[in-house]
Amino acid sequence: MQESVNCQYLALQLTPAIPVIGGVLFLFVLGTLLRTSFSDPGVLPRATPDEAADLERQIDVANGSTGYRPPPRTKEVVINGQTVKLKYCFTCKIFRPPRASHCSLCDNCVERFDHHCPWVGNCVGRRNYRFFYMFILSLSFLTIFIFAFVITHIILRSHQNGFLKALKESPVVVCFFSVWSIVGLSGFHTYLISSNQTTNEDIKGSWSSKRGKDNHNPYSHGNIFTNCCAALCGPLPPSLIDRRGFIQSDTPQLAPPTNGITMYGATQSQQSHMCDQDQCIQSTKFVLQAAATPLLQQQSSEPVILTASPENGGSLPGRTSLTLAGPCTSLPLGQPTPPTSTPSLSCHEATDMLPIHGHSHTHPLQEPLAHHHFLTPEEVPSPPGMLPCGSPMGHSHTMQASFFNPASQDSLHEDSVRGLVKLSSV
Amino acid sequence: MAETHSLQDMRQQAAIAAKVFLQRDYTNGTVCQFQTKFPSELETRIDKQQFEETVRTLNNLYAEAEKLGSQSYIEGCLACLTAYTIFLCMETHYEKVLKKIAKYIQEQNDKIYAPRGLLLTDPIERGLRVIEVTIFEDRSLTR
Repeated sequence: MQESVNCQYLALQLTPAIPVIGGVLFLFVLGTLLRTSFSDPGVLPRATPDEAADLERQIDVANGSTGYRPPPRTKEVVINGQTVKLKYCFTCKIFRPPRASHCSLCDNCVERFDHHCPWVGNCVGRRNYRFFYMFILSLSFLTIFIFAFVITHIILRSHQNGFLKALKESPVVVCFFSVWSIVGLSGFHTYLISSNQTTNEDIKGSWSSKRGKDNHNPYSHGNIFTNCCAALCGPLPPSLIDRRGFIQSDTPQLAPPTNGITMYGATQSQQSHMCDQDQCIQSTKFVLQAAATPLLQQQSSEPVILTASPENGGSLPGRTSLTLAGPCTSLPLGQPTPPTSTPSLSCHEATDMLPIHGHSHTHPLQEPLAHHHFLTPEEVPSPPGMLPCGSPMGHSHTMQASFFNPASQDSLHEDSVRGLVKLSSV
Repeated sequence: MAETHSLQDMRQQAAIAAKVFLQRDYTNGTVCQFQTKFPSELETRIDKQQFEETVRTLNNLYAEAEKLGSQSYIEGCLACLTAYTIFLCMETHYEKVLKKIAKYIQEQNDKIYAPRGLLLTDPIERGLRVIEVTIFEDRSLTR
């Protein structure tokens, strides 16, 4: 809004070309931003089961298999006189190519992984680095442009109204900080491009000479010009994933086989993750309700597969301490009698989904998990036929009514509801 | 009687005895190259020279796709200037080479590998991680 005021003023005072140029720059910035956000950064599809089995066999032969999970598997490769370690990705079941990294936010291995940009909402990798660079470069031009004209505006206004008044009305401070940060970022990435490094490598100091005397970047082409051309004008490989295909829901593994798993495509797989989580959370609630007279039996930190099939509706296996990540561990559970028509659920996936890769990003699913656990069931999509309701008590009543056999468990409902309210108020 | 097996028939009739995977070779950096080491499971089925020739040709084709030359630079700059809308009309150089590779693999399968009960899978279908060679059961032995 300030800008529109500025624009009008400047268009009248100086030349109408100013807002036109600004508009063009802005459209370019928006275009590159969208391109960065929506293009596949270079996701590596997960290995097919046959491949994974073949690799496992090779590794077992090499190691002499031990029972428990063996130490992280690495392969060493010599590239241009530099020894590079290739790590095995347990999620994707492949040996990562050099410069690839697994992003825990996108839950994919990405080729030439630079970083995961939260502003763009996508990983920046081999296929969209040039768009990202053009985005920040054009954005820095735009911010400098705006800043210059904000200054001009202040100067012009201050002739009329006085310097301090003009300063108060203009967004100069915000502009200044934007310019500083964006131009700084552009400068940093210009340096990275000219030395053919990724942000990941630079932060870790993989090729810095401080690590060793002969440490050098094996991927650099030698001179700055070639490096820049290669990064910005080099061939653009096509996407290796099928982003428009349908996910085949396969065995209890969460990962869809070769399907698109970009940040936006991830909503599809993430939704299936979330649904499993939600089922899990639902089951927890049922368990908590049923265990309203808490018989504090046991509590362990091992994840437990909680299955309650519709047919038998019988007792759960002996140790029924249920653990989800984080907030649930402190809740004591007794021996619950599960509802008769609960769909069969497996909760081990919730904990399975916390990848433990050497990556500094926090896993976002933990937060929704923590968040969801104490939310009323109206937030949760399953089970079907639930009416969203304000009060947790009323809601859990209807929920229970659809699942429990009401006649025999009315008193238990009351207690369990009270118990649930108590627990959720913790 | 001379029977001609089409690839479709082979897949339906023959059972898969084993699958061999040729992994990527990273000694030249991140360029797409596959290891030319001859797998031991194929020793009885195909000539070593023939197989290595196939893999070497594939490697050359992939190198051509990723080559940094004046052609790729011109294409890159042109694409940038047209805001990448030019790719609505034409294919990238990489995609053209991938089509060439697909054709080459099809041709090799038809001429050389199918008669020997083998099938090469295009690496692009495996995310450019491996060349998958499917070994079918050798029916000729049972006759």
